[in-house]
Amino acid sequence: MRKISLGRRTARLAAVSLAVLLAGTGCASDKSTAKTGSAGADTSGDTVKVGVLHSLSGTMAISEVTVKNSVLLAIDEINAKGGVLGKKIQPVVEDGASDWPTFAEKAQKLISNDKVAVTFGGWTSASRKAMLPVFEKNKQLLFYPVQYEGLESSPYIFYTGATTNQQIVPGLDYLKAQGKKKIFLVGSDYVFPRTANKIIKKYAEANGMQIVGEEYTPLGHTEYSTVINKVADAKPDAVFNTLNGDSNVAFFKQLRGTGIKAADMPVLSVSIAEEEVRGIGADYLAGQPVAWNYYQTTEGPRNTEFVAAYKAKYGADKVTSDPMEAGYNSVYLWKAAVEKANSFKPDDVKKACDGVSIDAPEGKVTIDGATQHVYKTARIGVVQPDGLIKEVWASPGPIKPDPYLKEYPWAQGL
Amino acid sequence: MRRLREAADAVASAAVRWRGPVVFVAVALLLLVAAPAALSPFRLELLAKYLCFAIAALGIGLAWGKGGMLTLGQGVFFGLGGYAMAMHLKLAEAGPGQLPDFMVWSGVETLPAVWEPFRQPWFALLMVVVLPGVTAFLLGLLVFGRRVRGAYFAILTQALAAAFVIWLVGQQGLTGGTNGLTNFTSFFGLDLADENDQRVLYSVVAVVLGLLYLAFRQVVASRFGRLLVAVRDGEDRVRFLGYDPALVKTVAFTLSAISAGIAGALFVPVVGIISPALLGVVPSLEFVFAVAVGGRYTLAGAVLGAVLLNYGKTTFSEHYANGWLYLQGTLFIAVMAYAPKGVIGVAGQVRDFVAARRGRAAPAVVPPARVEEGAAA
Repeated sequence: MRKISLGRRTARLAAVSLAVLLAGTGCASDKSTAKTGSAGADTSGDTVKVGVLHSLSGTMAISEVTVKNSVLLAIDEINAKGGVLGKKIQPVVEDGASDWPTFAEKAQKLISNDKVAVTFGGWTSASRKAMLPVFEKNKQLLFYPVQYEGLESSPYIFYTGATTNQQIVPGLDYLKAQGKKKIFLVGSDYVFPRTANKIIKKYAEANGMQIVGEEYTPLGHTEYSTVINKVADAKPDAVFNTLNGDSNVAFFKQLRGTGIKAADMPVLSVSIAEEEVRGIGADYLAGQPVAWNYYQTTEGPRNTEFVAAYKAKYGADKVTSDPMEAGYNSVYLWKAAVEKANSFKPDDVKKACDGVSIDAPEGKVTIDGATQHVYKTARIGVVQPDGLIKEVWASPGPIKPDPYLKEYPWAQGL
Repeated sequence: MRRLREAADAVASAAVRWRGPVVFVAVALLLLVAAPAALSPFRLELLAKYLCFAIAALGIGLAWGKGGMLTLGQGVFFGLGGYAMAMHLKLAEAGPGQLPDFMVWSGVETLPAVWEPFRQPWFALLMVVVLPGVTAFLLGLLVFGRRVRGAYFAILTQALAAAFVIWLVGQQGLTGGTNGLTNFTSFFGLDLADENDQRVLYSVVAVVLGLLYLAFRQVVASRFGRLLVAVRDGEDRVRFLGYDPALVKTVAFTLSAISAGIAGALFVPVVGIISPALLGVVPSLEFVFAVAVGGRYTLAGAVLGAVLLNYGKTTFSEHYANGWLYLQGTLFIAVMAYAPKGVIGVAGQVRDFVAARRGRAAPAVVPPARVEEGAAA
């Protein structure tokens, strides 16, 4: 066999490939005649596709699967009653895999490939921030069902969970009414707790309350003895808890170990709902206050119906929670807006959305067209030994959403 | 008769000689001409993402395949390149004197000093290469100089990935925390929402991959490349011969870090986000898995693996949203168990199998890559 020198081989390869690369780029730019308008719902048949995009795997799956379930329940109910504008809804379920770029990829897939009319999905703020440019770029709609930190109002997102003035501010009002003056802040280290605490500090300043400590731990952190020691040393009247996920289990178990009682130093949580109570154990949480817009125990015939339907479909041992209810509402709100617009087109739906109202399990829910958030009733509840949450206070009526807290003088300059 | 045999030999040797360039050209044509014509903009964007991972895989092919350094922390270098690029894009978007959006909602009032130079495009592009390169070089000198290798090196790189993620998440005002950096609309004058510009971006990624492939191939074929393989197979012997294995390994490790950095920088405009979730232990492991699936002993195998694994991930998850991870896991185990040289080694395995059945020795013409495989086995 003849021996070929390395230099010559490489030179040959380089020459051939350079020629091809040049030719290739030439060809590629030749055929760049634009195909525009590839995004857009396909509503020609007698079904209309909608995207359902939640984490079905990874750390967020435990929470997000329940929202996916309640969205599918709402779709089943609507289909059983004839669908939307005479078309049956066909859900396309995708897995966001608790991974923010995957959320963006799947959102684009739902829009480009499945040509969905709307997408219901997301839980973490990070997943919403990742999806936001995709929906804005394609001018398509996303319904996002979880309470969040506010300060956002994307023209192509509908926020059906609470913004800060519908959850955190009422929670603070409740603590103030209880005479709690010294507050300690504990949170996971990501955007929601940090932004929430920024708002809380402003509120405290204006309302004669004092923040005696502020601690952040990484998501998934499970060692809380240091934080709890700091809390015990600061002797606050109450703790405002924005921890997320597993960390709550460790925090509340270790807190009980110190013998501090809920009656003396309540820990108000904004990320613990019925599903999470089951995960942490009702024993550790009994007597602690939480702030949401909906509980499984919320009174009203519409909620009785919802809870019964959910249990019938997914099992009698299942609970319903605020984000699940917001997910369920999303589908009905979208249906009502589409019917009002008499069109599936995102821009028509947006134009028609203002004032669209449904009778939801939490009570009357209305879309505010200016912010694309919804009017929601704030509710403070106390965790019961059986794991359900009992309402102890509610706002007189649905609160107007104010994501930028413009109507709160103390919040200026946030 | 004799003349016939000579002619046959000539054809065979020409086939061997030209096989590499022909395959390369065919793949280049496929990527640069066929793919943009045949794929929808969405699929093309996904392919661009796979090619970004392929760029990172090239480096792993060099460091692990040729150099035997099992690096489980490539996410760190991918991230350094990605963040350097993302910082520039965020600043370009915010405009002069303005803060990037996430700083506003994180309560940061003045631009941190480290961000300031990233306003300059040349600085950002330089940092895409310099940050991962220098980090890897210093780490390499420290680690390889102390003769840390094997599992200890792997654990060390993995710990580095974990620490890097914790640091990024903790510095929300500086790095965007868990959200990472997202919401980019333009990339050096390209409108990321425009389909033609997306196609141009795709071509850029494909061309960078092609050039880096050629460059890395050159490195492998050089004296340095042979020395690297020698270090892999007998580090002490190389040392006794008077070479410094630590330096050889450090250089290879640095090159692999640079390729990961470039991959990260291109990933940012293609996918539109860089976040700690992309850089931690699990994604770093996935980089290595991909190379193992494709075949770690050749650069082509590494590239093929990255494209195949990520394509599989997309396809499986689209078709079986509820259980796709099991499918992917099964596939991975199957490849490891039945094709330890990866997908690209399957042809060789089949050839060996057939040869064994016929009771003949393996063919006389053995491409260089196969010789290396033999040496490593």
